[in-house]
Amino acid sequence: MSETLHTPRGRGQLKLLLPALLPVLLLSVIPLLRGVYLGFTDYSLGSPIRFNGLANYARMLKDFYFWKSFEVGFIWTIVVTAAQVILGLCLALLLNRKMRFVSLYSTLMLVPWAMPPIIRGIVWRQVYDPDTGILNTILLRLGLLHESINWLSSFEYVIPAVIVAGVWGEIPKAAVFLLAGLKAIPEDLYEAARIDGAGTWREFRSITLPMLAPVMAAVVSLSFMWNFNTFGIVWILTQGGPGGLTRLPMLAAYEEAFRYGYVGYAAAIGNVMVVVISIVLFAYLRVQLKESRS
Amino acid sequence: MKGGRIVSGVAAHCALIGFMLFLVFPLVWMMSTSLKSTPEIYSGSASLVPDAPSLVHYRTVFAEQKILSSMANSFYVGIFSTALAVLIALPGAYALARYSTRWNNVVLGWILGTQIFPAILVLIPLYLLLRMLFLTDSLVGLTLVYVVWDLPFVLWMLHGYVRTIPVEIEEAAEIDGASRLQLIFRVLAPLLLPAIGASVLFAFVSAWNEFFFALVLLKSPDLMTLQVELARFTGMEGQARTGPLAAASVLATVPSVMLFGVLQKWFSSGLIAGAVKN
Repeated sequence: MSETLHTPRGRGQLKLLLPALLPVLLLSVIPLLRGVYLGFTDYSLGSPIRFNGLANYARMLKDFYFWKSFEVGFIWTIVVTAAQVILGLCLALLLNRKMRFVSLYSTLMLVPWAMPPIIRGIVWRQVYDPDTGILNTILLRLGLLHESINWLSSFEYVIPAVIVAGVWGEIPKAAVFLLAGLKAIPEDLYEAARIDGAGTWREFRSITLPMLAPVMAAVVSLSFMWNFNTFGIVWILTQGGPGGLTRLPMLAAYEEAFRYGYVGYAAAIGNVMVVVISIVLFAYLRVQLKESRS
Repeated sequence: MKGGRIVSGVAAHCALIGFMLFLVFPLVWMMSTSLKSTPEIYSGSASLVPDAPSLVHYRTVFAEQKILSSMANSFYVGIFSTALAVLIALPGAYALARYSTRWNNVVLGWILGTQIFPAILVLIPLYLLLRMLFLTDSLVGLTLVYVVWDLPFVLWMLHGYVRTIPVEIEEAAEIDGASRLQLIFRVLAPLLLPAIGASVLFAFVSAWNEFFFALVLLKSPDLMTLQVELARFTGMEGQARTGPLAAASVLATVPSVMLFGVLQKWFSSGLIAGAVKN
């Protein structure tokens, strides 16, 4: 192939890659491996590191707050991922039509994605604010509420409130990738279907969805990972409150390490997160693969 | 048939406008808040247009040393981490594009790997390591962390573009006696400008937006980055300061939204270039 140079391989490549590989190795790969190891120690800030096998995981089994945080972590991850993919797909399908203003819409929809996660949190704090928030104002005016609700400290509403903010921030990402996937579907497939007299729904079911399957699988997997590892927006919205109700796994791990100093335990939570994500992704991708084969 | 198409066109526009309202409204509302006087903010007004628009909250923000210096810190970290990441990645991207593909899988694997691992696992040992080197609570330390965090992605983006450049150009330069590094920085870099631009924007926006590492690694008030400073604003001290917080948030959003607008075009084409070529 003309793409490969005639110069000797190996050594020359490594020399050029080294400036990039070395820092990644030192500040990313090694810390990561060490982080995994710390999950099997009783290390807490200021004390020596001692291997303690599976003691952290035994403690987790009996730790109410751990179960609580993974429970809300799953609710958050599944609902946000599902909603962002479904809404993102709707948005992508709309933007894939030949209409006026489509390019304006495609730019506008990026706004939440372009905002820093912290600002996303601040924006929604202001929307939900009990004194000045627009949500209360509108609902009060419409007569749907009789007194304003403190959405983010209410046990009833905090989870839906946080999820709406999360979905809002994640829709654009899903829509951008799915739109790229839709654009890659050859037009003549649709033309052939139209000649056969297929309706819009048939076209969607038998062409769009199957052709989109690989992109869809990638979007679902990545979103699932990103959402399970969420920190910033929820931290700003609730700091995990009220009463630990929105303490996602990352918030729990952060608090264990940097508020209480239980570094080993925090790393163990991180390890469990990796295992959980891997299992879910593996199962999901297997089902996907089977479906696309059949 | 034709009537049905018009109806569906109108429906599609309505649906799109609904989406846009949902996606854009919170930002617009924050911008409007930032221009309202404090009494108006607390009056429970639902109007998007301020009664008497004023820049008073922006003036407050600029009068606060802390916010200004945190902006400067964010720029510092953003600019240096971006420059370093791109400089280091260029030769690496070249090596990935032009030689055997073993390392390509390693880099791609690493990009995906970093997605699956929660940041906390890297962060704790990194914190301990940097503390040993006296680089916690230091903008230099944070810059290094961002460089490493961006590198795999920048490598991947650049490598996709290098592959689109014909090898013949290099062969001509080699005949002229250029060394490999001269070749990369003098001959290829100018041809790669769009890709370098995209990488610069990507790296800068990700450093500008980053929160978690900065939250943990920085301690001194005068070293805070903008995101951490704004997060502190939402705490107890910021409860009654809706207006200035909105103004500061608008200011913090401007660079990322602007860069993002440019980035988005290059970003999508860059991803595709990287993916198709493999």
